[in-house]
Amino acid sequence: MTDNQDVLVAATGLSRYYSEHCAVDRLDVQLHKGEVLGLLGPNGAGKSTTMQMLTGNLAPTAGEIRIRGIDLLDEPRKAKQQIGYLPEQPPVYRDLTVGEYLYYCARLRNVPAAQRKDAVERASERCGLKDVGKRLIGNLSKGYRQRVGIAQAILHNPAVVILDEPTVGLDPIQIREIRRLIRELGREHGIILSTHILPEVQAVCDRVQILNRGKTVFNDTLQGVESLEQVFFDLIFRESDEALSGEEAA
Amino acid sequence: MNAIWAIASTEFRRMFVSPLAWSILAVVQFILAWIFLLGLQEYLTQIQPMSTGMEDPPGVSDLVVSALYLWAGIIMLAVMPLMTMRQFAEERMNQTLALLTSSPLSSTQIVLGKYFGLLLFVLLMIGLLSLMPLSLALGTQLDWGMLAAAVVGLTLLLASFAAAGLFLSALARQPVIAAVTTFGLLLFLVILYISGSSQAAGSEVFVYLSHFGHFLSFLEGMFDSSDLVYYLLFIGGFLILTIRKLDNDRLQG
Repeated sequence: MTDNQDVLVAATGLSRYYSEHCAVDRLDVQLHKGEVLGLLGPNGAGKSTTMQMLTGNLAPTAGEIRIRGIDLLDEPRKAKQQIGYLPEQPPVYRDLTVGEYLYYCARLRNVPAAQRKDAVERASERCGLKDVGKRLIGNLSKGYRQRVGIAQAILHNPAVVILDEPTVGLDPIQIREIRRLIRELGREHGIILSTHILPEVQAVCDRVQILNRGKTVFNDTLQGVESLEQVFFDLIFRESDEALSGEEAA
Repeated sequence: MNAIWAIASTEFRRMFVSPLAWSILAVVQFILAWIFLLGLQEYLTQIQPMSTGMEDPPGVSDLVVSALYLWAGIIMLAVMPLMTMRQFAEERMNQTLALLTSSPLSSTQIVLGKYFGLLLFVLLMIGLLSLMPLSLALGTQLDWGMLAAAVVGLTLLLASFAAAGLFLSALARQPVIAAVTTFGLLLFLVILYISGSSQAAGSEVFVYLSHFGHFLSFLEGMFDSSDLVYYLLFIGGFLILTIRKLDNDRLQG
């Protein structure tokens, strides 16, 4: 591979079975530097499972994941250093203050002691948490908690940021801010985000990958796509029609 | 090592930002103080007058101090599960475990961090309760070796409680389940001791398997390295099981 430095995430042949049920089926995910990739799909399409596998929280049944050329399964600690992850539920401790929590995250992510204060300040600044640094996370609104979750994901300046439905529960102003933040981060980092909101994808993503029943049904840039909604419904319904007619034939 | 310390110190802090640790320390200290005073009064009014003519009378260390540490061990059977249940079960319920599992940490670091956080709490509690027998040193001669053995014994006993509790907490999805199963396991090991030392069907094996049997010889002032090895094996075994369980979570999902 000549452009090894540019490919941040290279996952090939990812499969994940929950006992008999196949959640993700031979999926390929590629992410380049400076790219925002949107994972789209109906409920249960395998978006969250894919993200959990890409962040090393779930081992794939089959397949290989490389983060900047580092094998996630062989060298999980080295690879995870390059990843920032916001799960569906922000993993925040409600009994700590925002500042304490972010400082703790910085220690967990091996940010050197001298740079921790700067790292926390920069992340709070970017996520608009400056004014709430001394407040308990448990007392914050859901939107602010979500921002704390994003702040911990970008704290250690990772090459890859993976966000699972980052704008859920935010008010329209915060959504706009978060989208701006994502586009801004997308210039230096690679970003994968999952969402249900189609306009959001058009607003922030460079490329979309649509999943249905654990398979990729669409993977392209948004140039030339007039209505993403049309594409989305076409693909999902055509799939289920095909599945139906297939069952009937059998 | 840095990461382990980061987790341990934060866990320790988080115990004290909720009322749980404070109330546990207060209640346990109150009950033990009552037991201590009771024992002391009994010693002063009944045992001491009787022992004037005896050749080798039992001292205050034999009667009051070991009773205090024995009671501390018994009370902690019920209290330790409350401390360990939070560790993994609560994190799993609140879905905060992802913070640790997606950070560049190995399962070993996560488990040891949590365990050392618990040990800090155990040491604090033993330190507080040891102030009571230490206060006797102001007025009388203490058997320091005996006191030291009791402190070491209780530390090892509670450290073994913590390891068992940590493992059951890693298995459970709900804190209450973790607490109940931990309490059950700890109590079962005490029952093993009782049944092992009963007159009718006593068996050395049961006494050996029970963590309480090894604790009692420390209270008599005896430091037997085989007891120490028992506790180290017990703690190490449960910690390894916990690490395996966390690793397995990634596979099972």
